[in-house]
Amino acid sequence: MSESNEQTEVVLEVLQAIADRIEAEKSHLTDLDSAIGDADHGANMHRGFQQALEEVNGMEDEEPAAVVKTIGTALISEVGGAAGPLYGGSIMSASAELVDGITAESSVAFAEAYLEKLQDRGDARVGDKTMVDALVPAVHTYKKSIESDELPPLTALSKAVDAAERGVDFTVGLRASKGRASYLGWRSVGHQDPGATSTLYMLEEILEVAADHLDGEIVRDAYSPTIPDEEES
Amino acid sequence: MVSIVVVSHSKKAAEGIRDVAQEMGGDATIRPVGGDPDGGIGTTAPAIEEAIREADDGTGVVVIADLGSAVMNAEIAVEAVEGGIEAVIADAPILEGTLNAAVSAAQSDVALSEVLDRAEETRGMEKL
Repeated sequence: MSESNEQTEVVLEVLQAIADRIEAEKSHLTDLDSAIGDADHGANMHRGFQQALEEVNGMEDEEPAAVVKTIGTALISEVGGAAGPLYGGSIMSASAELVDGITAESSVAFAEAYLEKLQDRGDARVGDKTMVDALVPAVHTYKKSIESDELPPLTALSKAVDAAERGVDFTVGLRASKGRASYLGWRSVGHQDPGATSTLYMLEEILEVAADHLDGEIVRDAYSPTIPDEEES
Repeated sequence: MVSIVVVSHSKKAAEGIRDVAQEMGGDATIRPVGGDPDGGIGTTAPAIEEAIREADDGTGVVVIADLGSAVMNAEIAVEAVEGGIEAVIADAPILEGTLNAAVSAAQSDVALSEVLDRAEETRGMEKL
């Protein structure tokens, strides 16, 4: 089996894992969304990922970037809420960073391109109580862990997921200023953002699948310091 | 003639807005689009793209959307037709914008930018 086929298989595994997680959390996501939104996030995401599974059927021999792009297109077509253009459009656009295969470097480029597209499309900043609150710390932590701290990819990913988890918790105390929740004003305070939550679920599933394919173990501790200890000289 | 696509989370709302605007808009082509793939409340980019393609007669299309995701999906649809169809999103309230755009589009030889301007003029409209 060629290297790109192996990577495609991993992408398909990730998709299946995310689709299963979304299915399992469907009513929880909808509950979060009914508190501060339009109560459709679970159903929308579930519909989108089921469609993505259908559309990648038979793509086992394609390049990983092509499969990722197809997942993005499927989400754009089927999700039917803001999550469609945000998740789907960003995945589709960032897939271009993976054309030479998935490496530690290209995964950082993918994460950055994804974040850039998402912020460009949704126009949200950290603190607006959106998926950006989980994503920005995750992407920044991942980039620093890979590029500056030169940590193994699985360790970097674990730290990124921890950062996303803290980001999700951070959304609880915020007043929403983007998206449907912003119409609620102060009533949005005290509720966890559904988009940040589904972002965390997706990152957790990427981490779980990555652990089956990369060296090392997952060490999760969202409330431990992100910055590694200085090495003794 | 410049065409108009009305994007609402509710297909019924989009159709109703089309009906209101069409009364004043004569022969202007106004195409309503909305709803999620299951017929619920929502919008999708491919449906908007299709509406833009059907509406265009080569003169261009002004797209007017209601909330958040409708605007984002309209952006994706406009990007998808880029190069083939000149489509622009109006930053305007959906009913008033559609009505003004329709009145403007119904006159012959009106440019896309003019219809867009007329739609966006409604942004600060006062009712009382």
